[in-house]
Amino acid sequence: MASLRQIAFYGKGGIGKSTTSQNTLAALAEMGQKILIVGCDPKADSTRLILHAKAQDTILSLAAEAGSVEDLELEDVMKIGYRDIRCVESGGPEPGVGCAGRGVITSINFLEENGAYDGVDYVSYDVLGDVVCGGFAMPIRENKAQEIYIVMSGEMMAMYAANNISKGILKYANSGGVRLGGLVCNERQTDKELELAESLAKKLGTKLIHFVPRDNIVQHAELRRMTVIEYAPDSKQAAEYRNLAQKVHANAGNGVIPTPISMDELEDLLMEHGIMQAIDESQVGKTAAELSVAA
Amino acid sequence: MSVTVEEQKAANKALIEEVLKAYPEKMAKKRVKHLGTYESGKPDCGVKSNIKSLPGVMTIRGCAYAGSKGVVWGPIKDMVHISHGPVGCGQYSWSSRRNYYIGTTGIDTFVTMQFTSDFQEKDIVFGGDKKLDKIIDEIQALFPLNKGISIQSECPIGLIGDDIEAVSKRKSKELGGHTIVPVRCEGFRGVSQSLGHHLANDAIRDWVFEGKTQKAPEFEATPYDVAIIGDYNIGGDAWSSRILLEEMGLRVIAQWSGDGTIAELENTPKAKLNLLHCYRSMNYISRHMEEKYGIPWVEYNFFGPTQIEKSLREIAAHFDDSIKAKTEAVIAKYKPLMEAVIAKYKPRLAGKKVMLFVGGLRPRHVIGAYEDLGMEVVGTGYEFAHNDDYQRTTHYIKDGTLIYDDVTGYEFEQFVEKVKPDLVGSGIKEKYVFQKMGVPFRQMHSWDYSGPYHGYDGFAIFARDMDMAISSPIWSLTKAPWKAAA
Repeated sequence: MASLRQIAFYGKGGIGKSTTSQNTLAALAEMGQKILIVGCDPKADSTRLILHAKAQDTILSLAAEAGSVEDLELEDVMKIGYRDIRCVESGGPEPGVGCAGRGVITSINFLEENGAYDGVDYVSYDVLGDVVCGGFAMPIRENKAQEIYIVMSGEMMAMYAANNISKGILKYANSGGVRLGGLVCNERQTDKELELAESLAKKLGTKLIHFVPRDNIVQHAELRRMTVIEYAPDSKQAAEYRNLAQKVHANAGNGVIPTPISMDELEDLLMEHGIMQAIDESQVGKTAAELSVAA
Repeated sequence: MSVTVEEQKAANKALIEEVLKAYPEKMAKKRVKHLGTYESGKPDCGVKSNIKSLPGVMTIRGCAYAGSKGVVWGPIKDMVHISHGPVGCGQYSWSSRRNYYIGTTGIDTFVTMQFTSDFQEKDIVFGGDKKLDKIIDEIQALFPLNKGISIQSECPIGLIGDDIEAVSKRKSKELGGHTIVPVRCEGFRGVSQSLGHHLANDAIRDWVFEGKTQKAPEFEATPYDVAIIGDYNIGGDAWSSRILLEEMGLRVIAQWSGDGTIAELENTPKAKLNLLHCYRSMNYISRHMEEKYGIPWVEYNFFGPTQIEKSLREIAAHFDDSIKAKTEAVIAKYKPLMEAVIAKYKPRLAGKKVMLFVGGLRPRHVIGAYEDLGMEVVGTGYEFAHNDDYQRTTHYIKDGTLIYDDVTGYEFEQFVEKVKPDLVGSGIKEKYVFQKMGVPFRQMHSWDYSGPYHGYDGFAIFARDMDMAISSPIWSLTKAPWKAAA
């Protein structure tokens, strides 16, 4: 058995991280890999397509019921889904209270201490939108995920987020050994999306691992709480995810220390590809009405 | 004196320069602003203050939680004060300030008890508001005679953003207007305990004065109503102050906050004059009462007969001639006692040099008491003073006094070693360092488990204690016999 691969999916909120990661992992499971998914989002929706469940009981909610995390057994929190993929959800507080970041730390420590990683080939962390605090950086710290896959699209904000996540990786790259595995572009059908994604990957010193085309079959599968791999194994989209899975599988040890760029450089990149117009500095801060008077 | 003031100033300057040599350049540049010599005629002591301590030094400061829970709120005896957060802050600050009080502990008074919400991991992750709600219910069930509850925030409360104000309002409503006061005194706020005092004062303003929902009992005002503000009744200080005010014919309607009650706090806006002892920790609320209720305030000093006499007359000046006459009678009554104390101790203490390092008001207020005994304070400094404290200090100190703000462990040791005072007055952390150096020491926070030191009665105890420390035969035995020749 090859050594344990620990990977994580990061990206802007709503970009399709959970969908992409679950489809990719389902395809890896098809290839015979033993997989553990660790959902690190308080919404606890990182495993629903694998488990066909609305929401899994989370480590933190069970711990709160039982008293503390020390009162839990691994079996209490781990569910088995499609092709024996093991699933745990960290969970967390309802929006607006408590500290979700601390929850991620608590959960991951619990899993490690209780041997959740024994006998698996892949651990995959699915983390919420942005690295907002130390807790959400937990999966990229020392001895956790070795490769980060950033899910992005051709939208400006998704690219900003990808750059910010790269900064987070860079911070821990020297103390921990975390590397950027590559970008995964989830097509939004914006202008020149592929070209832009490839340029950004180049700037960040990495590569675009795969460009996942948009296909409504993903939504059809989601409604049935299934991955495309399971729902329509012969579809074109399933083949795309298998392709992505193979590329991830072959990518072991190829991660890089990213070279995040400044905001100015990012804006230049967007302008280069015609996504953003160069703006006259004298117009900054002016309302539409003010500009029409000036014109 | 063999040394002139100018020589003294030059010696201080050289000493500070020498001590700073141990520091890296950047640090010395910062610390030099906190060390100096008082130049008479200047409006302040010439040192910077209320700036964050430097990493790598031993500072003597506390935190905002210490300022609110430990100093201002903790002594209010008929309230339950919850240390809200993990158990340590409450446990290690438990009953450490010797705030004496009258009452039956656990029934109608709670000062020496420790209440904590004992945060666990799940309270951090999911927030502690529900737990707080439950704790308040439990307090009501277990201690039905409590007159109010304060919530003293420890650091995590501010980090996770718990809404303790909402819980307080809701529970207060549920409990028929019971006083529940949230205090945002997270320890990481500010540079010392000083911000905690301010936050605690503001909480009294917003949640006791303004937010009062209980029907206040009838209060019959008299023309002689005063409140003692900023006396924490360490070892009974407020009691030995109160009796003098009462003998003057005044009525003390509130003690803030040593041996004080929530009802006293609520009644204070009806006082005719606020008497402010610890300026640093309670000037905020005094100023507020002046602006909002038109109550004047006067600072006073009840350490040593000279200052007591001056303060009694200053207080009396705010009242009619009957009070003034009684005040003179009080001064006259205690004069023989004071003369006897001075006659006994002054011959043994005269000429002795003292160095102080304390908080609040003591680095200046106790100087007069030492001087009454013929002693001389040659160096002083504050843990958490602001510049207005150093301005006030100029009224007490002599030209050429060594001043050290937020002194570090290293600096204080070096200063004492070189200045060679006969007595050091500071806190528990300093005590054994200096005693091991063979220097007599008194704790000036807790009065070394003695007291009271305020008032005429307190001065007799103060004099005895200082003599006990300095004149103890133990100091002649601290020199190793084989080094006797050296």
